[in-house]
Amino acid sequence: MVYHERAAWAGLIAAVATIVGYVVLVLRSAAGRSLEESDWFPPMLWSIGAGIALSILITIVWGIVAGRRDPEAASASDIRDRDISRMGGRVEQAFLVIAGLGVIALCALGADVFWIANAMFAGFAVSSVVGGVARVIAYRRGLL
Amino acid sequence: MVKPTLVSNSIRSHRESAGLTQAELARTIGVTRQTLIAIEQQRYSPTLELAFQIARAFGVGLDELFQYPEARDD
Repeated sequence: MVYHERAAWAGLIAAVATIVGYVVLVLRSAAGRSLEESDWFPPMLWSIGAGIALSILITIVWGIVAGRRDPEAASASDIRDRDISRMGGRVEQAFLVIAGLGVIALCALGADVFWIANAMFAGFAVSSVVGGVARVIAYRRGLL
Repeated sequence: MVKPTLVSNSIRSHRESAGLTQAELARTIGVTRQTLIAIEQQRYSPTLELAFQIARAFGVGLDELFQYPEARDD
């Protein structure tokens, strides 16, 4: 497995873990109250930070393990990696645009700040997961 | 096996005839072994530049290495 494919898997695993962790933390914080009353901001910041750190950590550890097995191929990349990365980026961008439009709509409707912030967070989360899945599928099944 | 490209190729047979491993040919044309495998299995269409490099590695023309189905008149 090449470096960029490992990074795609690492990002996907970290994104799913981040989403699950954030949802659990917010639901526990709400503790029966409405979600708008929950203390959502610190869990969101911690989740974003932890997600980035986890992704980097998985990539580094996996890279060390892969490097021991095949030092030459561990960090190699080529034009196929760039093509797949570009395709994944386009997929992610589409979902970020949708989230951005959702945030504008929520602001226009005067929604609670909880829903505005979480709509954007959901956009980041969904774009990461869908972009990661698209990259992994491209590596495994082929790129159109 | 899903083949997302209509471009087929005979890289594998040329490579085996030349007595090259996937790693050796990949190194010659400057790609990873995974990319060469994806091209051989028609899971990735190489760029025109890469296609020329592969053809040059075997000393053959593009037509001999890559095939594309004729358009059908339906």
